[in-house]
Amino acid sequence: MTYRDAINAALAEELERDERVFLLGEDVGLFGGAMAVTKGLYERFGERRVQDMPISESAIVGGTLGAVLTGLRPVAEIMFIDFVGVCMDQIVNQIAKVRYMLGGQVEVPLVIRTQGGGGKSYAAQHSQSLEAWFMHTPGLKVVIPSTPADAKGLLKSAIRDNNPVLFIEHKLLYNEKGEVPEGEHLVPLGQARVVREGSGLTIATYSRMVGLVQQAAEGLAAEGTEVEIVDLRTLTPLDEETMFASVRKTGRFLAVEEGHLTAGVGAELVARVTKNCFDYLDGPPERVAAQDRPIPCAPALEKATLPQVEDILTAARALVG
Amino acid sequence: MAYDTQFLLGLYRQMVLIRQFEERVKFLFLEGVMPGTIHQYQGQEAVAVGVCSALEAQDVITSTHRPHGHALAKGLSIESLMGELFGKVTGCCHGKGGSMHVGDLEKGMVPAIAIVGGGVPIATGIGLSFKLRQEPRVAVCFMGDGATNEGAFHEAVNMGAIWSLPVVYVIENNRYSASTPICQTARVERLTERAHAYGIPGVTVDGNDVLTVHEAAQVAVERARSGAGPTLLEAMTYRITGHSRRDPCLYQPEEERKQALAEEPIGRYGAWLLAEGTAEQAALDQARAEVDAEIEEAVRAAQAAPAPAPEAALEDVFA
Ligand SMILES: Cc1ncc(C[n+]2csc(CCOP(=O)(O)OP(=O)(O)O)c2C)c(N)n1
Ligand SMILES: [Mg+2]
Repeated sequence: MTYRDAINAALAEELERDERVFLLGEDVGLFGGAMAVTKGLYERFGERRVQDMPISESAIVGGTLGAVLTGLRPVAEIMFIDFVGVCMDQIVNQIAKVRYMLGGQVEVPLVIRTQGGGGKSYAAQHSQSLEAWFMHTPGLKVVIPSTPADAKGLLKSAIRDNNPVLFIEHKLLYNEKGEVPEGEHLVPLGQARVVREGSGLTIATYSRMVGLVQQAAEGLAAEGTEVEIVDLRTLTPLDEETMFASVRKTGRFLAVEEGHLTAGVGAELVARVTKNCFDYLDGPPERVAAQDRPIPCAPALEKATLPQVEDILTAARALVG
Repeated sequence: MAYDTQFLLGLYRQMVLIRQFEERVKFLFLEGVMPGTIHQYQGQEAVAVGVCSALEAQDVITSTHRPHGHALAKGLSIESLMGELFGKVTGCCHGKGGSMHVGDLEKGMVPAIAIVGGGVPIATGIGLSFKLRQEPRVAVCFMGDGATNEGAFHEAVNMGAIWSLPVVYVIENNRYSASTPICQTARVERLTERAHAYGIPGVTVDGNDVLTVHEAAQVAVERARSGAGPTLLEAMTYRITGHSRRDPCLYQPEEERKQALAEEPIGRYGAWLLAEGTAEQAALDQARAEVDAEIEEAVRAAQAAPAPAPEAALEDVFA
């Protein structure tokens, strides 16, 4: 099953299971979504449960909060993560803070699904990886799956969670295939997955970069370095223990992400690993991330800006060398 | 109004240039030789051409995710556009922007803004600048019908209104926000009803009639230039191509599409030119042959042009 179909299945199953769940977003109805993720759901569940919206992200996202406060469990779609710029107030100042500001009076079971990442020459306003912004926002959970099975299991958990969840898909993963358990398959939020075991180097990563790291790990294995790959799966909550346990075993740490380097996810991971595994480290941890500049359109420029397998190999070799 | 024949033929040539450019680009995209994505302008040519023909060279436009028509109408060269679509150094943004961000400030076009509604505050700011600097220039903000549902639209048009800025807000109402029909996204019959909310004139015109658009734009541009403030101008039109590449438009009802094809602006205007005796068929055919040749030349040049060197990605982050 593809990553796209796995997400579609999770939505269908949760719409079926819980009357309070409904979908809203731009072109999510009959059209089936800009990324074709919601295909067939409008036909199956009707417009009361699958609602097309005007191009009004602030009202879409803010609207989910109103619906939540009065008993529903909405799942909104923001077509590209880049468009969160238009509705940041609702996400960061309202949704993420309402429970805390009200002294715990309310639960906020809503999901904002969106997709990010580059690699398609969509240029600066349609290619970003903005997860670090939201990891920096207390009160929001950030889920970012790399495989079809995880996409399904994590989305089902996100919809059932009583907190706001930003669920970030990757535009280059939609056609990726993998085994997906049928029916009740739940992946808990906050549990990383060890994708590959190894004793020479720990690489923590997520989303599309998991695949690139796996490719790099093959190359490194041929050179005699066994890499342990940790797919974080959720950035908030962050499963530090799986990461720390791995670093205590390998003594070396590399964080790989598609977002920008400065103040990115990797910066946080390296800080935590350094503090908690200091005595186990053989050397300073390292990061691979996008260069600190907007994502350009031309393929050669985009490639030079986003992390490539070669960049991971270079960083890993330097760490073990 | 009596128009000069050269002017009338010029409008025709401009619209045909946009149409042929878009058709050629569509083919190149489907062939897979162009990177990224595209949003095309077929069917809406009379809006860009009608409005831009009412502007002076020093006037400035903002554009959207669907910018090729605006760019050609504002005078960007075919080469610099084609180069950008191919992601080459000869492109107007040296390959950094691609289809969704074409533009050239020298020509009075702010590089296109692909965040829906994102251009409206910027156009308002350009108008504010012209007013503060006491320059007799006008800003034109092109946007789709869908953009009028973004908060930024309301904030920015209101601001243009209260300060009587020299801005013309042009809504290209092609009846769809991507796949979603306007009946699902607005209750008003005409989007210009919203002009009342800001206390500015709102004018809805047939956006497939290039002279009607031109005349309405002239009134709005004059009003703006004279210091009387902005106008909300709605041009009713139709997109006779996909929203973005590979969109088969299944959401457009067949009858509606057929009607729209019958009313598309180039066929209509060409027939009018012939009926008025302004031009012979041979002149229209010649215009098409000329633009086709220019486009082919631009394709050749763009394909032969070098891709940017990877190090170029480092440039332009800061001044
Ligand atoms: C803020 C924002 N939301 C959504 C999109 C995705 N999107 C791109 S074009 C489009 C439809 C725009 O409709 P309209 O404004 O009517 O312009 P048209 O495409 O019809 O020219 C959408 C939803 C976007 N680019 N920016
Ligand atoms: Mg539209």
